[in-house]
Order: sequence, then C-alpha cells, then structure tokens
Amino acid sequence: MPIPNTITRTLDLAHPQAKVWAALTTIEGITGWFGSQAEGRLAPGHDVRMRWEQYDNAEGTLEIKVVDPMAVFAYTWSINGAPQGDPRRTYVEFALEPTAAGTRLTVTESGFAQLPDEWLTPSYQGNVEGWRAELGELVAYLDAA
Amino acid sequence: MPPDPEQVSAGVFAALADPTRRAILASLAEHGPSTATDLSGRLAITRQGVAKHLGLLADAGLVTSDAGSGRRVLYRHRSEPIKVAQSFLAALAADWDGSLGRLAAFLDGDPGR
Repeated sequence: MPIPNTITRTLDLAHPQAKVWAALTTIEGITGWFGSQAEGRLAPGHDVRMRWEQYDNAEGTLEIKVVDPMAVFAYTWSINGAPQGDPRRTYVEFALEPTAAGTRLTVTESGFAQLPDEWLTPSYQGNVEGWRAELGELVAYLDAA
Repeated sequence: MPPDPEQVSAGVFAALADPTRRAILASLAEHGPSTATDLSGRLAITRQGVAKHLGLLADAGLVTSDAGSGRRVLYRHRSEPIKVAQSFLAALAADWDGSLGRLAAFLDGDPGR
C-alpha cells in the first residue's frame, strides 16, 4: 500500500489551445467546470479562493505558481481532508500541447506522500551530522598527507 | 531512520478498523489526556479491555503515555500517523476524473455536469 505521490491524467481535447487555456485560467472558465465560485487574480504570486457547492461548500485557496500563456498553468493547494492550518500542499500542473485534432492536456498533481516535519527533521539532521563526520575525516586525511 | 509511511498508514487503518479503538481515540480527542480508568468509565469497557486496546494504539503510534502526578499514567492522542494516512486518503479522494469530465463537457458547450 504505497502512498501514491503523483496523479497524472492526459486528455485529448478537440478544441483549440486558446479555448482550453481560457477554461483553465479565467474566473469565468474555472467556475464553469471546476469550482462553483472563485475570486482572486489568476496570476503568479496571487491567491484564488474557491468554493465547491457539490462538496458541501468546501473552500480552498489556490496559490498560483505558473502562468505561462497557452502552455503551463500551475498552483498549490492544501491536502484534501487535512485539518485547518496543516502546512502540507500539493502541486497541480496543467500542461497544454497542440495536436492535429486540438489540444492535449496533461494534469499532474504531486506531493501527496509528504512527511510531517517531525520526521523530515531527524532525517535532515541525520544527513547534516553524517556530512559533518565525513568532511571531518576528509580534512583529517588531507592534513595528514 | 524515519518510519516508513506505508507501514505507518497500514498501522493506522488496522487500528481504526476496531470500533472500541475508534471510540478510545475519539474520547481522547474530545476530552484530552486521560487515564485508563477515565476511559474505562467514559466508554463502559473494562479497564483490562481499555489497557489492551491502548497497547495496540501505542504500537501504531496513535497514543503516547506519560506519568502524570503520582501513579496516574496519562494517555494522549498523537496525530502524526493520522496525517500520514490522510496523505494516502487524499490521493484516493482527488477526483480528477470527475473534474476533467466536467471540463470536457464545459468545452463542448454542454451545460450538464
């Protein structure tokens, strides 16, 4: 039962890239298929608050990371079901490519298998200690030469 | 070495599969750190039964115990393993197939879901 870290879906759409791009990166677009309400600026460094009527009026904030026109739109949002204030966020990327028939859209959400800080810290500290010891030995070796 | 997330999630799901253990965790979450006697009284389970389940919950990392004043051992709920299991559940709950189905319908100009 490994924790899936990444979810990927690819969609071949019979629509021009400009139309798909607008559906992803305008308030009018994302409220047409994604959330029921959205407010904010769909620009890097900005937040968009969304509400989903179909999921018990769940609310979430998208932190917009990448808006590379016609090519890549990406944001982070909090882990679904995590308590308020949980710092973990997953990264969602929509990548568009032209095809003969229209547009290929690849959606990737990654970062599910994040560990709580309490575990990351000992592992990081372990590496820091490890390198300190290794580099100390290297210095001793070089000094002795 | 940090614990293996897969093993932690498996421990959480096994621990939560039992209704008595769910009741113990819910009680600790609601009332805060408690003794085995407190839990036994609150949940109408024998003290031995509570002790057995607390042992299993401790193995899964879901409760910790510390000595309170005198001989009172206090058990408290520990949420870290739940957060790991939550990552697993979040991946399962991510409904991209539903959302992308609505996107395709939206692009096709179909007002239905």
